[in-house]
Amino acid sequence: MKLDSKIPEGPLKDKWTNYKNNIRLVNPANKRNIDVIVVGTGLAGGSAAATLAELGYNVKAFCYQDSPRRAHSIAAQGGINAAKNYQGDGDSTYRLFYDTIKGGDYRSREANVYRLAEVSANIIDQCVAQGVPFARDYGGLLDNRSFGGVLVSRTFYAKGQTGQQLLLGAYSAMNRQIAKGKIEMFNRHEMLDVVIVDGKARGIIARNLVTGEIERHSAHAVVIGSGGYGNVFFLSTNAMGSNVTASWKIHKRGALFANPCYTQIHPTCVPVHGTQQSKLTLMSESLRNDGRIWVPKKIEDAKAIREGKLRARDIKEEDRDYYLERRYPSFGNLVPRDVASRAAKERCDAGYGVVNNDTNEGVFLDFASAIQRYGKQEALLKGIHNPSKEEVESLGKKVVESKYGNLFDMYKQITAENPYETPMKIYPAVHYTMGGVWVDYNLMTTVPGLYAIGEANFSDHGANRLGASALMQGLADGYFVLPYTIGDYLADDIRTGKISTDLPEFKEAEDSVKSMIDTFINNKGKHSVDYFHKKLGLIMWNKVGMSRTASGLKEAIEEIKVLREQFWKEVKVPGTADEMNPELEKATRVADFLELGELFARDALEREESCGGHFREEHRTEDGEAKRDDENFAYVAAWEYTGQPSEAILHKEELKFENVELKTRSYK
Amino acid sequence: MAAEKGMNITLKVWRQKNGQSKGALETYQINDVSPDSSFLEMMDALNDQIIMKDGSPVVFDHDCREGICGSCSMYINGQPHGPARLVTTCQLHMREFKDGETIYVEPFRAKAFPVIKDLVVDRSALDRIQHAGGYISVNTSGNTQDANAIPIEKEKADKAFDAATCIGCGACVAACKNASASLFMSAKISQYALLPQGQVEAKNRVLAMVKQAEEEGFGPCSNTGACEIECPKGISLENIARMNREYLSASLTSK
Ligand SMILES: Cc1cc2nc3c(=O)[nH]c(=O)nc-3n(C[C@H](O)[C@H](O)[C@H](O)COP(=O)(O)OP(=O)(O)OC[C@H]3O[C@@H](n4cnc5c(N)ncnc54)[C@H](O)[C@@H]3O)c2cc1C
Ligand code: SF4
Ligand code: FES
Repeated sequence: MKLDSKIPEGPLKDKWTNYKNNIRLVNPANKRNIDVIVVGTGLAGGSAAATLAELGYNVKAFCYQDSPRRAHSIAAQGGINAAKNYQGDGDSTYRLFYDTIKGGDYRSREANVYRLAEVSANIIDQCVAQGVPFARDYGGLLDNRSFGGVLVSRTFYAKGQTGQQLLLGAYSAMNRQIAKGKIEMFNRHEMLDVVIVDGKARGIIARNLVTGEIERHSAHAVVIGSGGYGNVFFLSTNAMGSNVTASWKIHKRGALFANPCYTQIHPTCVPVHGTQQSKLTLMSESLRNDGRIWVPKKIEDAKAIREGKLRARDIKEEDRDYYLERRYPSFGNLVPRDVASRAAKERCDAGYGVVNNDTNEGVFLDFASAIQRYGKQEALLKGIHNPSKEEVESLGKKVVESKYGNLFDMYKQITAENPYETPMKIYPAVHYTMGGVWVDYNLMTTVPGLYAIGEANFSDHGANRLGASALMQGLADGYFVLPYTIGDYLADDIRTGKISTDLPEFKEAEDSVKSMIDTFINNKGKHSVDYFHKKLGLIMWNKVGMSRTASGLKEAIEEIKVLREQFWKEVKVPGTADEMNPELEKATRVADFLELGELFARDALEREESCGGHFREEHRTEDGEAKRDDENFAYVAAWEYTGQPSEAILHKEELKFENVELKTRSYK
Repeated sequence: MAAEKGMNITLKVWRQKNGQSKGALETYQINDVSPDSSFLEMMDALNDQIIMKDGSPVVFDHDCREGICGSCSMYINGQPHGPARLVTTCQLHMREFKDGETIYVEPFRAKAFPVIKDLVVDRSALDRIQHAGGYISVNTSGNTQDANAIPIEKEKADKAFDAATCIGCGACVAACKNASASLFMSAKISQYALLPQGQVEAKNRVLAMVKQAEEEGFGPCSNTGACEIECPKGISLENIARMNREYLSASLTSK
């Protein structure tokens, strides 16, 4: 198999425009005869479904929740990037492109990233027109904030609920098309296989999660927007139902899977509290605009804090180690996520962690200085001379509340501690997966007619994603890229007519889904699905997590294999196949995670370098920073399924950098 | 945050096989629950216990577990989303309860929310209200004017945002003796009514959404304010007042 990324010719900045000008179009009358399936209603799937329907295609959209509005994108907090340069701080399409390539540690495709930066400004226009209530300043214009890894303010936000507001925007666009009958919505449906006819994607097999019925759905093209696979770690910031099934099932039917080991571990999450824990909660990166991260300088102070003998406030200023500011003076607390996460791990591994859990994993995120700074500013603005300490504090807290109120409330609810009074405790957690289904410039997978968008694909973030760029990518793919590129493919299908679901390929796929489900129901094993999922999560976190070694990865591959065998022999799924059965849903998802995990470790083993979120202990500089190997590893690792995950065949897409110079990423 | 001594809890949980069958409360005992666990983590532990005894686990809706997707529902001790104010069920923590307490867990009850199984209800009626008018008719083609072309007063933008934070959970309906969806509907109507972009279709929107709500079997609003108290997002009654004004002016001018 030869990988063809189909990057258009010509200078970087003209590629997308030229390409759009020369693309084949489907005329409106013919679009009515074409069906498209969209799996997923997050920012990517929701925006794609709405736009495709608006263009005239017949769309069938699927999500596993009871409403498209509940897709995991709803939980995104901090913001969305766009190169609008409203702040006049020197932002531009090129700068957003450059930051994204550099942030991704030079492991993404120039042409895709440039296109993303190019359409980013349009996204904001679009969303405002839809009634998305972004934050505004007193002049009535849109406000911005900064995110990690960049030196400009280009992040648009709606308090700490940006994802919610953007998703509700896409949902409203979907509603308009649902009302017109152009989108048929299948809530509480889970795609369990893709159907390929004569080499082309022509439909899916889905389970109705209410009745348990296995359904066949046909179309001329299938779009996967099913999100990321961070839940392979069991504990992550993803929603409980987030899964890899759609992506993995298409992988098994021929779509290559790219860079599975590129995972983002987000530095600011609420630390683990105990064994009953079911998920982790993110505290938005925007907090690093104002929060300062530290641990005690003295190891005995850290110990005393863990034992409850000292409180954060008891540690004198000179006894605090603001380790990010110390190690990275120019970016300070706003270094990219991978750098911030590793630095936290380094301090905690060295014994300076401040949380009393099994692994002492936790550091402080402190707002005291920000409260002081804002308080003084407000006092000045209000004309209060010589304000008292209390006045400054109370004014400052109000400002902090207006910026991060909902996050502070959320933190308090979880931990019963008040972050206005005492620093938050945070620790890195699995958050996002840069890897995913391999796609070309058109967002098409290696299977004709099968597309992947949003977090489900691998395309734009290289080895590390910058904050506020996932929302941008999801909406760019769905509103502005896919609706164009898919036309080029569908232009051949205007005379095909309806695809019949009676074709033998549908039967074969349906039978394989049914037999998998029967196996689970009849297995009558001795452990619950969660038992296996938690075990997998531990292997992944300990050996394939924030720092990786060849020996650990080899062990992980073997352990996952053994665990998978045990799972199929011993898993216990109660209930029946023909009813609402969440344990069965979990079982089908965990089965796929148990295969993906192995490929994930294999990919990490193969990549003998450190880059972005992938850190191999064997490959680091003297001061502990990641050491990339551009000579040998400037490629996308795209894996072909052959039967056993660890026997997958590696295909390499060489990355060519014609517009940026490869540099060692430095935030010092 | 270390786990303190575990709590012992008695649960009375509504069990109902499907929409056709009759349901009933069943009693369960669960011990050694960490007060730092969330309510749903306690339910996970209960289900683990049930599965190990070859029983059928309790089914409930949930996904994000951070109070934003609106999936989780259920009455806890008779209150939608339980005793704490301004939080969803998934954000409720066991420290809110007492060791040895008996907790009642039931599905949201409203004519427009039929039970699917155990604690899961069908809230698609809320989606259908949105289909009727919960959008601004603008094409997603990207050929729109610059986002900063129309400045919007910060105060209005903030209010529109506050209304827009409704998570569509349906607690307002479950809290209301008339099972009215007014707070839910008014949140969307207010968001758009406060923004210049929403003006063009304002009249049709309010008429269509209200009509749909009636057809779905949601009751009328009699201003008891129970919805506002139980709403996990603090959606204000002000929005209902705004919706009523919009409705009145729309009905007066429409033919
Ligand atoms: C807590 C949190 C905060 C974040 N904050 C930010 C931020 O501030 N800025 C930013 O840019 N990014 C942020 N991100 C990342 C960003 O939210 C996600 O990457 C992005 O929303 C993914 O969108 P998506 O459309 O690709 O997928 P999702 O939103 O995950 O949607 C997946 C959809 O697929 C459906 N689905 C999945 N599997 C199946 C199946 N088998 N069958 C049928 N349907 C299926 C689901 O029902 C859902 O509708 C955050 C992520 C998290 C976890
Ligand atoms: S108004 Fe409040 S209670 Fe009602 S659906 Fe919205 S968030 Fe839930
Ligand atoms: S599970 Fe999402 S709001 Fe409770």
